[in-house]
Formats: sequence, structure tokens, C-alpha cells
Amino acid sequence: MSTVVLLLFTGVGLGAIYFLVASGLSLIYGLMHVLNFAHGVFLSLGAFLGFEVASRLGATTWTGFAASLLVGALAGALFAALTERLLVQRLYERHIEQVLVTVGLGLAAVALFDGIWGTDPRFITGPAWMGRTTSVLGANVPNDRFVAILVAGLVLLGMVLFLRRTRYGMIIRAGVENRAMVTALGIDVRTAFTLVFTIGGIAAGLGGVLASHYFGYVSPLLGQTLLIFAFIVTVIGGLGSLTGAAIASVVVALLQQFANYYLWGTGDLAVVVLLAVVLLTRPSGLMGRRA
Amino acid sequence: MSPSTPASGTAYRGGARAWVGRLVPPALVLLLACLPLLDLRLPGVLPGPTYTPGTLHLLALAMVMAALALSYHLLLGVAGLLSFGHALYFGLGAYLLGIVMSELELGLVPSVLVVLVAGVVISLLLGAVSLRVTGIPFAMVTLAFAQAGSVLVRRDPGRVTGGEEGLRLPTEQVPDALVGVADTRNLYWLALAALVLAFLLVSWVQGSRAGHVAAAVRENELRVRVLGMRPFLVKLAIFVAASVIAVGMGMVHLLLNSGAVPHIVSAELTISLLLMVVIGGVGSRWGAVAGAVLYVLLNQRLTVLAQAAWVHDLPAPLRIPLSEPMFVLGTLFVLVVLFLPGGLAGTVARVRRWRGRGGPPAGADRLEDVDDEQQAATTGGARR
Amino acid sequence: MTSTAPSADPRAATPPTADPVLRVRDLRAHVAGQQVVEHVDLDVAPVGVTALLGRNGVGKTSTIKAVLGLVGRSGTVELDGTDLVDLPTHLVVRRGVGYVPEDREVFAGLTVTENLRLAERRGSEHRYDLVYDLFPELEQRGTQAAGTLSGGQQQMVSLARALLNENRVLLVDEPTKGLAPRLVQEVSRVLARAAQVAPILLVEQNLQVVRDLADHAVVLTDGRSVHHGPAADLLADEELTQRLLGVHADSGPDAAGRRPADEEGPA
Repeated sequence: MSTVVLLLFTGVGLGAIYFLVASGLSLIYGLMHVLNFAHGVFLSLGAFLGFEVASRLGATTWTGFAASLLVGALAGALFAALTERLLVQRLYERHIEQVLVTVGLGLAAVALFDGIWGTDPRFITGPAWMGRTTSVLGANVPNDRFVAILVAGLVLLGMVLFLRRTRYGMIIRAGVENRAMVTALGIDVRTAFTLVFTIGGIAAGLGGVLASHYFGYVSPLLGQTLLIFAFIVTVIGGLGSLTGAAIASVVVALLQQFANYYLWGTGDLAVVVLLAVVLLTRPSGLMGRRA
Repeated sequence: MSPSTPASGTAYRGGARAWVGRLVPPALVLLLACLPLLDLRLPGVLPGPTYTPGTLHLLALAMVMAALALSYHLLLGVAGLLSFGHALYFGLGAYLLGIVMSELELGLVPSVLVVLVAGVVISLLLGAVSLRVTGIPFAMVTLAFAQAGSVLVRRDPGRVTGGEEGLRLPTEQVPDALVGVADTRNLYWLALAALVLAFLLVSWVQGSRAGHVAAAVRENELRVRVLGMRPFLVKLAIFVAASVIAVGMGMVHLLLNSGAVPHIVSAELTISLLLMVVIGGVGSRWGAVAGAVLYVLLNQRLTVLAQAAWVHDLPAPLRIPLSEPMFVLGTLFVLVVLFLPGGLAGTVARVRRWRGRGGPPAGADRLEDVDDEQQAATTGGARR
Repeated sequence: MTSTAPSADPRAATPPTADPVLRVRDLRAHVAGQQVVEHVDLDVAPVGVTALLGRNGVGKTSTIKAVLGLVGRSGTVELDGTDLVDLPTHLVVRRGVGYVPEDREVFAGLTVTENLRLAERRGSEHRYDLVYDLFPELEQRGTQAAGTLSGGQQQMVSLARALLNENRVLLVDEPTKGLAPRLVQEVSRVLARAAQVAPILLVEQNLQVVRDLADHAVVLTDGRSVHHGPAADLLADEELTQRLLGVHADSGPDAAGRRPADEEGPA
């Protein structure tokens, strides 16, 4: 029982991190039809800068941790906004070339991080409480899982409120449905493009800081590794669907954790099998609009 | 709209010149075949004289990658399929050949046949699943399958792949002529033969009925459907052809490097193929070859540069970018996508057209939107 | 290239030039590398309804989309004498071009109120009275998702979005398509009222609606404009109507022939 509980929390915690990456990917794809290969870079950059700030302010203090989250989010947002404005927008409506540009950016940025921070993982310490465990139904759950779940929950809530309550949120929702009609109502949809990149960057930057605590290290490849799972989550959830991304994040992470524990470490394979099954039965994903 | 191939770019030239143009490829192959016997030096491009094993190995690697890039060109340039999982088949060829030879203790030739059959079966299965979606979702699915393969190779559940260490070529099953540094020449000739074979195969597939239909599907899938053809089957045929060529190149790569490492199954390898094909020019066979050779040589030169003493003495803002080959290559790639649509081949064709007409080229080449269909279905904006 | 000019009267092949609001000359449009509009000239008069007619698949919808810049285009598209052909769609619209697309294209996941709010620009708040006066149902159904509305109600949302702004011209594409006869009359009534505020370029298959509303008519054949003139004259000329539109002018509304389920042209 305690094992199941532990796997549940660990799985949902990992799902929280997947969601922070996949939500932005899904929104960007939904609105712009761009598969953003640079998304992992937003995450790694957030993690590295968060790590730098935390180690200067005191990695074991809550101030340091809070500052690392803030810096991670800001770094992700800024880098994402610049990516959209300087690279992606220049190739307006040329989706394949937009993907290629993000691929190139991803390669160059990972190499640059290698040069700056080295290829070896940097190990992360956080506030002492985060390294400890809390007993839930007999399972000793590491506390950083709770933090990841809490932050991802807040991000989900924030995104939903933004999408439901603001004019730009409305434009994004409408644009995911029918971008041409949004422009035909006199709205410059490119502002919304920059905005979804920025929002995706914030989530990925936060995800980077949390992932570095969850895994205990940060390395230049951290983002790109998580990105692949985030892609899978996005396809399973249904491209463009935020709810789908949230559900699929948790499903994929739980499947991965349980398969790793009960099925001899086959978590990654189980996820790919799930992807194949979903594609064969529902090619548009769980919450995709085209069945 | 696809960047014109050098072949179509030469269409306006006179018959005599076209005839000469047809002689260039065999002459080039002949020259390449003679390289191991010559003492040619290209300082700054090649690490040493052409007869030295190091240089021959580098050139052979460039040719294997060029052949692999040609198979990727079948997917992207001919069928308009953006795959992020092509490395899976390359890795499959290398690893499976090694495993079949060492575990089943078969000789080289029967092992090659077994691996080719396995390649056809696996690519048929995975292709049939992946091709249920198109455009960007197809890219993601192929990426996921390749990732699964990569995980298998690294985790090594059956104790056959050597995990992170990689797999060593079971030399006892391989003819002596293809083993060891001393016989780099033979491996070089093998790689050259593989490249020529791949080029002929790709040309044949491209010129076949399936190739023409695939190109038509890329332009307008609906019309092909209306004409009563099955785009799915045509795409699957191209997918299998490209995969099997990649399997073959993987086997050559195993022999060339006397082993296989997990990197050759990774997404990074597929991405470097994408770089080669895009830098060379999507849609052009010569472009794919040129892009691959450029990529391999540049990568090697940049790695040497990264270790150069004068680079180490530079201030950090210059030293760090210069000591990371992938940073330079990634940046180069971004610049090509932004400013050189059509890559090398497209630029050559544009310059030729420009000279031919005596005026600036009209309109920039651009890649096909392979997810046009996807977009039209979701936005409704592109309808009619 | 069409070899024969279908109109016998050479004057009918050129549009009138009495200070049009919208003046389109030599408009060409392409979708996915394919030419869908070859050569269209048309004028929208400052008052009333100009009908854009033609058989299925001749490029009427593409012409409307080309005016808006929703498809690749070239030529001249002048609104009040200013050429808009190089502007992106959202700026064309902001110059005062209202658009009611074929198939309504409401945002299905958004509520009725949100659909209307998206269309808001400066001054829209004063126009809600007009819109809710025309479509009282939309006020009652404000919180309902637009995707759950009936076809007629969706058409109201689509019309209301265009009417929320003070436009110089309205482009209305097949507003009665697939609607019951009672709703066709309703839409017709609304368009008549809207035409008092801004001139309309109307694509319409239902000749009864054209007869009731249109002052002028432009006829397309194979992506080219081949006839311009008073709508009444066109519909009075049985032979011309038959030749250009493929229908009998005196037949009932349904004789215009609904477009078959599979759309014309490439996706």
C-alpha cells in the first residue's frame, strides 16, 4: 500500500513537471501549428539561472528557492518571447521552417549551455524541508513532490483564469479554433503568438527549477530529455488542448512510474506503447477536437 | 515550389552541355575511387593526405552520412514527411548486424540478409502506425518510437547491445579485408559503393510511379485521393524504402567504426540528418549529399578548432561559442533557414537562373508546408 | 483562360464607376499555389446591395477572401480610394470591412457574448443596442457556447459580429445557406436593414433573396468577372440568367441549387 501511495505521489509530481512543459507546447501548437523544439531550452535556461541565483542567495533558504523560481520563470519568459519575435515570426505561416528554426536554436543553445556550465550534471540543494519526506498513509513522500504539484496546480489555475477571463485569453482560445477568422475580426493575432510563447516560457522556466529539485541535478540536456516526454504527452492529450495536456501529463507519468516499478523498469517503453495505442484508436488524442 | 534540383536547373542548357553534365557524376565517382591511391592534400579541409587512414576514415564517414541523408531526402524531400525518428533504422542496421553475427554466429553475408528482412518488417509495422497521422504529429510519433529504440539500446535489457559502452564488431565473422585500421582503404571503397548504390536506389524510387505519386501527395493530397490512389500506401512504400536504405547504411557504419554506440540511435542523429538535408537544399539529391559532406567535414574541423590553443586563450564570450561545434552548426543552420531558403541547391539554382535570365530571381523558394492539410482542417482558414 | 466573353453587351463586362466604396480591379488569388481567381473587376456602390453571382466553384468565396487578404492575392483592392492589397487581413478589416463568412465560422467553444466581444472595436459599445434589437435571442443566450446553437442562431452571431462595428462595407458570403425558409426571410430582413447602414457585397445562391435585396449584380465565370449591371435587368433576362447562372430566373428559391456536400476546389 505504501509503495502504491509513494508511486502515486511521485508519479503526479513528475506529471506536474511534464505539464509545465507540455502546456506551453500544446498552446503554441494549437494556436500557431509550430512544434517548438526549443521549448526544452527555456526549461534548461530557467533551471540554470535559477540554480545560479539560489546558490548566490543561499541554496538552502526559502528566499533562495523563491528567487530561483522567479528568475527561472522570468528567464523562460524572456527567452521564449525573443525566440518568437526574432526567429519564429520572421517565418510567419511557414510551419516547417518555423520548426527547423527551433531545432537549430535548440542545438545551439544546448551546446552553449555545455560551454558555460559544462556537460556534467550540477547537483542541486534546496531548503532542508524539501529534502525531507512526509508520511502519507504509511509512505514517505519526498516533499519536493508536493511543491511541484502545488506550483503546477497554480500554473494550471492561472492559465485557465487567463484564458477564460481576459481578452487575450479569449483571442487565444478563438485562435486555436480558427485563426483566420480571428484576423477577419480585425485582431492582430501575432501579439497572441508572442503571448503564448511567453506563457509557455514562464511555465517551462518554472518547470526547469522544479525538475532540477525533483531529479536533484541540472544539466544542459535536462530540458531536451523532458521535451521528448512532453511531446508524447501533448500528442496523447490532443494537440492544442490544455485540459488534455493536464490529464495526459498525469496519466503518462503515473504509467511510467508504475511500469518502472512493477514491470521491470519498462516505464519509457510503456509510454511509447500508450502513444501507439492512442494513435491507433484516437489519432487526435484524448481531448483533440478532430476525432 | 520545392527548390529545383540541379537537374531541372540545367534544363535550359544546350544538349551538348547536358551531355557533359551527365558525365560528371561517373567521373566524380572514379576520382573518389582513386583517392586512396593518391597523395592529395587539402589543408584546412582534410586532416591529412588522402591516402592516410585518418583522412580515408573521415571521407568514408562523410559518404555513409551522405547516403543516409539521401534516404532522409526520400522522406522529407520526396514524400514531404518530417521524421524525427530516422536514426532508429540506422541504429537498427548497425546494432542488429552486430547482434546477429555474435549471437547467431552467422557469417557477414547471411547476417546482412537477415538484418535487411528485419528492417523491412519493422519499418512496415512502425510506418503503418506512424502514418496514421501526418505533418507535425507524424514528426512527434516517429520521435517517440526512435526514443523507445534509444532507451532499449542504452538500458540493454537482453545484454546484447553493450548499453552506454556500445557494441563491438564481432570481428571473427567479418572477412579480414574489412577489419582494422590497415584496411581503411577497403572500408572506404565499401562506403563509396554504398553511397553510389544509395544514390541509384533513391533516384530509382524517386523516378518510380510511387515517387511521382508521393510528390503529388505532397503537393495536393486531396487531388490524389480523388484520382483513386491511396496516399497511405504510397507514403508507406517510400517510408519503408528510406528505412531499409538507412538500415543498410547502419551496417556499413558498424563495419567502418568497428562497433556501434547509442548515439547512432538518438534523436540528435536524426536532427543532424535534418540539418544536412536542409543546408543542402530540401528536394535535391545532390543537395543532400553536399549538405552531409559539408556537415561531417565542418563538424570535424570545428572539433579540431575547439581544441586549438589559440581558442583557449580567447576571452570567455568568444571562447565558449567557438569551442562548441554544435553551437556553430546550429547557428549556421538557423541562418540558412532564415536567409537561404532552398539551401545550397536552391542558392545554386537561383544563381544559375539569375545568370540565365539576366535578372534577379522571382520569389523565394520555400519548403512545402507538409502540414497544410492539418492546418486547413483545424483553422478552416486555408480552405479554398 | 476563357475564350468567349459570355456577355453580348461589351459595356456589361466593365463595372460602373460612380464613386464606388470598394473598387476591385484585376484581382487574382491563389490557394496552395493554385490560381482560384483569375481576373475579377467589381465595384460596390456606396448604397445598397451588390450581389456576387455565378455557378458553384467559379471563385465567389475566394474573391471575398482575396478582398480580405485571407488568401494570397494581387491586383487592386481600393476602399474609398485607398489601396488595401498589401495590408494584412486584420488591418483591412479595421479600415471598415465587415465579414460574414460562409458557414458562419462562429467560435464554437466560446460563448455567444465572447464571440461578440471578440469583434468589438472602438465604438462597438454603442452598437449593441442595434444588434440586440435585431437579434434579441442573442442577448438571452449570451452564456451559451456558440457551438451548441442552431444554424440560424449561429448565422445571427456571425451577422452580429459584423454589425458591431461601423463598417464602410460588409462582405456577406452565403448567409442563407442551409437555413429553413422562415430563417431565410429573417436573414433577408436583417440584411435589408444592415444595407441601410453600410453597403453590402453579397454572395447568394437563393435568387429570391437576390431579387429582394440586390441593386447591382456581378457575375463570375471561371474566376473572372463577366457581367456587371443592375440586378433586376439580369434576373429579368431569362436567357442571360440561364447562361450565366445555370438556373431559370423565374424558378423558386430552391432552384438555385444548394451546393453539394463536398466543397468545390481543393481543401
